[in-house]
Amino acid sequence: MDVKKVPGKNKENKIFIYALSTCAWCKMTKQFFKDNNIEFEYVDVDLCDDKDKDKIKEHILSLGGSLSYPAIIINDKTLITGFRKDKIKEVLMI
Amino acid sequence: MIPLEKVRQRAESDAKTYGYYLNPDPEFLQNLLQGLKENEERLGYPSCPCRLASGNLELDRDIICPCDYRDPDVAEFGTCYCALYVRKDLYEGKLPIPPVPERRPKEKQIRSYAPTAETMNEKKTETSAPATETSLQIKKKLWYCKQCGYVVFREDPPYICPICKAKREMFAEIAIRGLPQG
Repeated sequence: MDVKKVPGKNKENKIFIYALSTCAWCKMTKQFFKDNNIEFEYVDVDLCDDKDKDKIKEHILSLGGSLSYPAIIINDKTLITGFRKDKIKEVLMI
Repeated sequence: MIPLEKVRQRAESDAKTYGYYLNPDPEFLQNLLQGLKENEERLGYPSCPCRLASGNLELDRDIICPCDYRDPDVAEFGTCYCALYVRKDLYEGKLPIPPVPERRPKEKQIRSYAPTAETMNEKKTETSAPATETSLQIKKKLWYCKQCGYVVFREDPPYICPICKAKREMFAEIAIRGLPQG
């Protein structure tokens, strides 16, 4: 799986994003973390092979999420589906 | 290569026909159109940029832009799922563009992830038969709009008739013997 890391000064929380390379909301989400200088990792699911896609599906569903993107996972446990800025800020307390 | 301007013109023309507007944020709109262009170049059809496509036209038919869910989403939320098409009040900034919950049924979303290439290869080896639409469990039917007579050959009837705007409830299945499956 091609996980990309975007460095940032704020490393307090582990941020992982399942995104789509074509999705405008996913782009906004990545930009939000960049603008706030928060380090994060992401995978563009549409560019993954079928085996990885299947793993990603299982992972998202195991966290109780729906198969919508972006799927933002904070500290391996909190899943936020969609670019919900207020919710992200609330969880990260920023 | 598909010119981005062509993708834009197609979206503008469709918005005009249906009385919608394109997203008022130029950068966001550009990203959406670019996503549509990339999907069309990659898959051969402009699948929704904000949904995972399977790459199989029959499985993705409902999410080819404008998707099946656009009209009911714009009616309920003022915008479609990816926010390419918006209602006038949202275009004018009178209301914010809200996140739209996914209306596409979960069983259709899951089909974008399965069967995996491995599974398909195993099946091919076992049966020596080509992967067909039947193996992907698509059963297309003929539907007609009881209001205007529009006929469509698809898995499900549209949410809204593209001709007379009747709701999905106005569609009935046409039962024909010997109809080719899939």
